[in-house]
Amino acid sequence: MNIPRYLGVFAVLVVGTILTYYAATVDLDFIFPGANTLVALLIAFTKMTCVMLFFMHVYWSPRLIWLSAVASFFWLAIMFAYTMQDYLTRDIGVFMQ
Amino acid sequence: MTADYSGTQKLNYLNNGFTLKSWLLTKDHKRIAIMYLITISLFFLAGGIFAATIRLEMLTPASDLLQTGTYNKVFTAHGILMIFFFLIPSIPAVLGNFLLPIMIGAKDLALPRINLLSLYIYWIGGLFTVWALLQGGVDTGWTFYTPYSTTFSNTYVMAVGLGIFINGFSSILTGLNFIVTVHTMRAPGMTWFRLPLFVWAQYATSLVMILGTPVIAITVLLLAIERFAQVGIFDPAIGGDPILFQHMFWFYSHPAVYIMVLPGMGVISELISNFSRKKIFGYEFIAFSSIAIAVFGFLVWGHHMFVSGQSIYAGLVFSFLTMVVAVPSAIKMFNWTATLYKGSISFDTPMLYGLGFMGLFLIGGLTGLFLGAMGLVVHLTDTYFVVAHFHYVMVGGQVVAYLGGIHYWWPKMTGKMYSEFWGKISAMLVFIGFNLTFFPQFILGYLGMPRRYASYPEEMQVLNIFSSAGASVLGVGMIMPLIYLGHSLIYGKPAGDNPWLLPGLEWRTSSPPPTENFEVMPVVTWEAYEFGEDSGLDLEAARAREAAKV
Repeated sequence: MNIPRYLGVFAVLVVGTILTYYAATVDLDFIFPGANTLVALLIAFTKMTCVMLFFMHVYWSPRLIWLSAVASFFWLAIMFAYTMQDYLTRDIGVFMQ
Repeated sequence: MTADYSGTQKLNYLNNGFTLKSWLLTKDHKRIAIMYLITISLFFLAGGIFAATIRLEMLTPASDLLQTGTYNKVFTAHGILMIFFFLIPSIPAVLGNFLLPIMIGAKDLALPRINLLSLYIYWIGGLFTVWALLQGGVDTGWTFYTPYSTTFSNTYVMAVGLGIFINGFSSILTGLNFIVTVHTMRAPGMTWFRLPLFVWAQYATSLVMILGTPVIAITVLLLAIERFAQVGIFDPAIGGDPILFQHMFWFYSHPAVYIMVLPGMGVISELISNFSRKKIFGYEFIAFSSIAIAVFGFLVWGHHMFVSGQSIYAGLVFSFLTMVVAVPSAIKMFNWTATLYKGSISFDTPMLYGLGFMGLFLIGGLTGLFLGAMGLVVHLTDTYFVVAHFHYVMVGGQVVAYLGGIHYWWPKMTGKMYSEFWGKISAMLVFIGFNLTFFPQFILGYLGMPRRYASYPEEMQVLNIFSSAGASVLGVGMIMPLIYLGHSLIYGKPAGDNPWLLPGLEWRTSSPPPTENFEVMPVVTWEAYEFGEDSGLDLEAARAREAAKV
């Protein structure tokens, strides 16, 4: 990848940072509660994908490296999912009692 | 030091340079392993001294030797040193580092400089932690649970946390190095299903290391952010949740149990098969059970949190998955037992440790199921039953396997044989002392004695005296190898290249191995644990050894 393309990715990251700041100043709860967090996470996820694919060269790497990258997200998903199963069911009570 | 027929000294990794610089700047995986061995032994000694202090305090019902606050710091220091600086790195960093490249027919690990960097990071993390412990220590327990580590902390939590944070990178780099090495450095003919099971176990462990360790680093970082920037993460007073800490901590720390015990299982697979002189039963099942343990190990962390306030539905899922993760461990136990059946068993020192592991890990594993059952655990949580359970797994499993592995590969690492007599005495003392120390703790826990208290009711003293007496026997058993293995370095008989007459690649190079591991790159044409004609073994010598045993 040549330098102009690297600069292009860098520009995307800078724009993402500015967007994160801007999104934090606007109350998005009118869409649904916690929408601000979701927007911030989406921007962060996009930025991270750019870093991984281009700065860390995953885009040009063999399939095994792709598998490793996907596996790390899968593991992150496990952590979030199993933690959330606690938070989302904590207030239900014992057998709906 | 070995000599060839002309009488000149053969160059090996030990005599290839004697300066301090030649050791501190080495990229040779074997020298790095030896430096790990020395450091890890020192941490084990320090952790052992703290353990001895705990058992001395528990001799009497009153807290008379230590004040309660000091007692908290002592058991915390014991846990931190033993877990983060001994158990986790011991087998991978010492035996894995030394043997993994040799067992797959490689000259070195794929990333030798990264390997040296891992050692330096381990040293820096260790020194930092020891400094913090000496400054005043930590009283939170090795788990750093909030709010002990946040709101109510008045000890060196962040300094010790930083030491563990730094040390984590050593684990990650070692795991990464092993994975790359197994993928890219295998000798011609060394297919995946010809890999020794020790290598499979190291590979599975490495997966857990690189997937899990970053999470503990992030958790410590979040702890620091909350303490220094007052961002509400774990403290409910500022919008956090203390149970979130437990989720994140155990997401790493339960798989860390498998970082500790999986390599031990790899050692045991080698010992059981080789000292039964029989191809291991169900090679593929054992190999894949290591991977299954690595994967399922990530799905069960909530069983540490049944009484924490975690949702009962989450508890149900974690309880079920805890039963599931017992299956691959059971596969290994059954296959080892089947390997022993009609084997030509030698009761050499490493095998005594191997058999000891099977008995102790069986008890440790089965009592784990007690603690995975949601009803029973309400009674047993935070009692000595838990202490006994995890010591049966960690010490009875991992430490015994580590000692077995050290004795097994000592002749290869040093070129010298140790005293079999003292080795056997030591192995038996460890087994007896261990059971005397920890079995009474199952009963104490069942009777309701809570862990982490310096005092206890008088009616529990007899069992505590048994436990402390056992600890002294165990201590003697653990110190003995230091003496006779050290003695063997100077006075031991030359071991020869293949003292146990085994087919593995590590036994087909000289003892100690040359810097490049093999004088000629090996080509593997035999299956793992092949004791027949195809293995290229000196069968006559093997038969003579069998006859001598009879």
